[in-house]
Amino acid sequence: MPVMNMVNALNLALRQEMKKDNSVVVLGEDVGINGGVFRVTDGLLKLYGKKRVIDTPLAESGIIGASIGMAINGLRPVAEIQFSGFMYSTFDQIISHASRIRNRSRGRYSCPVVIRTPYSGGIKALEHHSESMEALYTHIPGIKVVIPSTPADAKGLLISAIRDPDPVIFLEPKRIYRAVKEYVQENEYIIPIGKARLVREGNQVSIICWGAMVRECERAVLQSGIDAEIIDLRSLKPFDVDLIIESVKKTRRVVVVHEAPKTNGFGAEIIATINENALLYLDAPPIRVTGFDSVIPLGKLEDVYLPNVERINKALQKVVSF
Amino acid sequence: MLLTRAFDEKALLLQRQGRLGTYAVSRGQEAAQIGSALALKNDDWVVPSFREQGVFIALGYPLHQLYQYWGWDERGMNIPKKFSILPITIPVSAQIPHAVGIAYALKLRNEKKVVACYFGDGGTSKGDFHEGLNMAGVWALPVVFICQNNQWAISVSRKKQSASKTLAQKAISYGFEGIQVDGNDVFGIYKVVSEAVKKARSGKGPSLIECFTYRIGDHTTSDDASRYRSKKEVESWIKKDPIERLRKYMKKKEMWTKMYEKQLKKKIGKQVKEAVERFEKIPKQNPEEMFRYVYAEMPWFLKEEMRDI
Repeated sequence: MPVMNMVNALNLALRQEMKKDNSVVVLGEDVGINGGVFRVTDGLLKLYGKKRVIDTPLAESGIIGASIGMAINGLRPVAEIQFSGFMYSTFDQIISHASRIRNRSRGRYSCPVVIRTPYSGGIKALEHHSESMEALYTHIPGIKVVIPSTPADAKGLLISAIRDPDPVIFLEPKRIYRAVKEYVQENEYIIPIGKARLVREGNQVSIICWGAMVRECERAVLQSGIDAEIIDLRSLKPFDVDLIIESVKKTRRVVVVHEAPKTNGFGAEIIATINENALLYLDAPPIRVTGFDSVIPLGKLEDVYLPNVERINKALQKVVSF
Repeated sequence: MLLTRAFDEKALLLQRQGRLGTYAVSRGQEAAQIGSALALKNDDWVVPSFREQGVFIALGYPLHQLYQYWGWDERGMNIPKKFSILPITIPVSAQIPHAVGIAYALKLRNEKKVVACYFGDGGTSKGDFHEGLNMAGVWALPVVFICQNNQWAISVSRKKQSASKTLAQKAISYGFEGIQVDGNDVFGIYKVVSEAVKKARSGKGPSLIECFTYRIGDHTTSDDASRYRSKKEVESWIKKDPIERLRKYMKKKEMWTKMYEKQLKKKIGKQVKEAVERFEKIPKQNPEEMFRYVYAEMPWFLKEEMRDI
């Protein structure tokens, strides 16, 4: 079993799905000859040719709009938007069309599109390259939202997303693109969308997190010595309500950690769901450790903005000692 | 064309009686719609905007389903399998990139089909028009872009929409041919679209066709066009009504007789009447339908929410 980082794992998933199913096409800015600015699509052009690995004009809304048409007409497009901060001009296509084609045609047409985009902070990039806007997508009926946190999960989740009959927004935490290497099975496998990963079992508190925050939470738990259970959500829509509720009923305490701003962040949805299903099991008010309701700063202050081990630990201590 | 006119007139009546919702009439644009649709083959793709009932009707789409859609029922756009038409798109020009993607898939699979994509003069101002036509040009895709320039985007006139002398000339910047055609001349449109379709089908890329026509009616049943344009202007275009023009031509060629007119009117009246009857007999949708088509498989949260109906 080879050792690889998330970029390699995503690349392998694309290679395998493109080999298996010739309706899978990859399109986006610089995805062909350049292999993508993070090299996720590296080598695909050589293997599958320019008809299936498409360097598009620089037009995000057009890329998603064209992907929708391709999907309606039998292809399985995997579109790359170079950075998630450039997604906003595609919102009309995502919200008004990709998510609604099935409903609008009462099932005659569907839209199996995957939109991959590097997201979240931590690499001291330019403005518009570091934000975490996952909650926006979870609000759209008809859309699925997936965020991997390990190379192995990234591979299995991307394969699931490509085979999924509905549009999937696939957010790739670019800070951990190359930060972690692990064994990844060479043969194809899937991680089902909607199933969380139990990262660590524990009894004192349930930490719910995703993306690059999973590693921060693991570090915080190691340092704090608190017997915390860590759940990596992996899919935000649909999310694994059963695993969360089961865990909370056991630990009776909750901390949600995400990079996105606090107000209407996905942590709010998680906590509301816990309140609806297990409020009386709680021994302490749930706590959110999040990015701030400010614009994520450029490199000099980025570390202050992003939740870190110290802030997570503080929350853990608070909830455990309540 | 007469059937489309009759369908529209009935729709207006039904709307005024509260039996249909907001409706966009096509009066004046029948030649552009029917002439272009007749240039297509059965299995070509059609990507419409929201005023293309003439296109649907020319292709043989069930009339009762059109009434059903405008009568607040999504099932009207459950396109029967034998048609390759997309459901009506309400946001202006958003459907243009969809046509491009459909055409890309056709080209990739070497299918000799084409895509006809409809939009209006207002639509040419949108980013999706630019992004879509640009991509179609770069990839030399089999699309025929059909712009019905009806002179008005609700209350904004063609002049305020673009400083371009013609809308057709915009194609030049995308590297393909643009043609302006008299949008009230059904034969002219049929010819120009047929040529563009032939070109697309033989792998020679897209075309933009500007049908120079006029929206005689209000924008929709919720609009009052007298607020922004003169009676005189509308009357001058009523004189150029494409249906009257065709009738005159046929009379001259002795193809239009009193007998023919009588039979045609009877036939059309019957078709519209039957469509309305059929539409009004459709049972109401089960509320569960609003949950069923959100995803291929219903996720847990929708199942949970459905219990609250």
